Amino acid sequence: MLAPLVMVALVSFTDKGYIAMPFDGASWRWYRAILEAPDFIDAFWRSLALGAVAASLATLLAVPAGMAIAWHRFPGRDTVLGLLLSPLMVPHVVLGIALLRLFTQWGATGTLWGLAAAHTVIVLPYVLRLVVAAATGFDRSVAQAAESLGASGWTVFRRVELPLILPGVAGGWLIAFINSFDELTMSIFVASAATQTLPVKMYNHIAHTIDPLLASISTVLIALTLALMIALDRFYGLDRVLAGKT
Amino acid sequence: MQTARTPLPYWLVAPGVLTMLAFVALPLVLTLSLSLYPFSPSTGIGEGLTVGHYTDIATDEYFHTIFLRTFGMAVLVTALCVLIGVPEAYVLGRLSPGWRAVSMVIVLGPLLISVVVRTLGWAILLGNEGVINRSLSSLGLIDTPIRMMFTFGGMAVALVHVLVPFMVLAVWASLQKVDPATEQAAESLGAGLPTVLARVVFPQVLPGVLSGALIVFALAASAFATPAIIGGRRLKVVPTTIYDEFLGNLNWPLGAALAVVLVVIVLAVSLGANRFVERRWRQVFE
Repeated sequence: MLAPLVMVALVSFTDKGYIAMPFDGASWRWYRAILEAPDFIDAFWRSLALGAVAASLATLLAVPAGMAIAWHRFPGRDTVLGLLLSPLMVPHVVLGIALLRLFTQWGATGTLWGLAAAHTVIVLPYVLRLVVAAATGFDRSVAQAAESLGASGWTVFRRVELPLILPGVAGGWLIAFINSFDELTMSIFVASAATQTLPVKMYNHIAHTIDPLLASISTVLIALTLALMIALDRFYGLDRVLAGKT
Repeated sequence: MQTARTPLPYWLVAPGVLTMLAFVALPLVLTLSLSLYPFSPSTGIGEGLTVGHYTDIATDEYFHTIFLRTFGMAVLVTALCVLIGVPEAYVLGRLSPGWRAVSMVIVLGPLLISVVVRTLGWAILLGNEGVINRSLSSLGLIDTPIRMMFTFGGMAVALVHVLVPFMVLAVWASLQKVDPATEQAAESLGAGLPTVLARVVFPQVLPGVLSGALIVFALAASAFATPAIIGGRRLKVVPTTIYDEFLGNLNWPLGAALAVVLVVIVLAVSLGANRFVERRWRQVFE
């Protein structure tokens, strides 16, 4: 199951100039090389920032929508839910060319905000699913008690509802962030040379040659993801997040 | 749940809905219209509407091969994912909580890592100088390296590895709802493990298997990174062809037409399979 990832980690420690397994000398050479590859480091920070922005925007949009869907029965509710979850059903390659087409129309190709919008839309369903799940399991009587004591709608939200769905919201943010950071296929079309995300940069590099630098970068990413997984598990329970269930 | 007469829910969902309409619905509609424009290498996108690209796709041998390869691979990958994923989910469900947590991380963790990294691992494993070939030749089992990179088989194997977690998730969700009493009842009536699995457990997880299979099929048919890296330049599938047309030949209308055909076929297969399975095993879905 983990063989490919283990391979990547092992190869990153080679002292040779090319990928070879097995090898005799182990070295940190390819990790030092990361520090000398400024464009990869740039791409890393860009992906990080993009992920944070996309996850945050998606959360801002998904929390109110999720609460409405979970707590109110209104005409068109199912359609709205379907529309908000629709990116899950569109192949990323199709979304990629569609957004490229849209941005060309708007003169927004190669812009960071366009890329951010694209990522926001792709990760929104993940946040929404978790917000709806968290809100559905929520006992409304607490909120009603607060209302009956005279609290305004905003106070009820801020001091009763939000704190109680916060674990779901936080887990959603994290999953959205991870999905944005890892996204490749759509980003290939929407990102330009100046706005390359890390996965796109790695992909373009692989297209030329598979060199150990990619392995060391990948290993760093695997380590960071492991750390995130532990955080996710503490927050919410890894299986609930990945399965999208309550 | 309030059956609210207030407009509040509409205000709450409005930002999300507007965003989706602007950045999903609108672009898809534009892409559909884009596919109807003519294109020539010298003058670019032309005026007027034409279904020329669709007829090209329908009649050109080149595209037939690509579509057959794409969907053949998707079917193969889906079948393998079912064969591997269902037992895996079952084992996962029957583990004690301690082991299950670790196993969940091992099985589902890779989903959190970029597909580029996972596919890189396969490229390392499958290369002529890669781990598998090196080990086989050092064990004396082969003389010349087995070609696995840039082959259909290599592509399929890597894709199965990437997509099995989705199958496991879907089946596992279904498995949660299976009442262990049904298995125990079957055992008490004398059924051996294979019979219990095949005739009691499997029919009950069928909704999960179906949903998992549809997810895997759709993802396999529209996969880009893995076929591009493992399959290489010569073994084209539909998504990599779309990439070529869009970013290489700049023939956007053809790329758009390919995308439309891809989505239509995936939808048709999904709906058809859904209806077929639900009708045949109606009891389970009620």
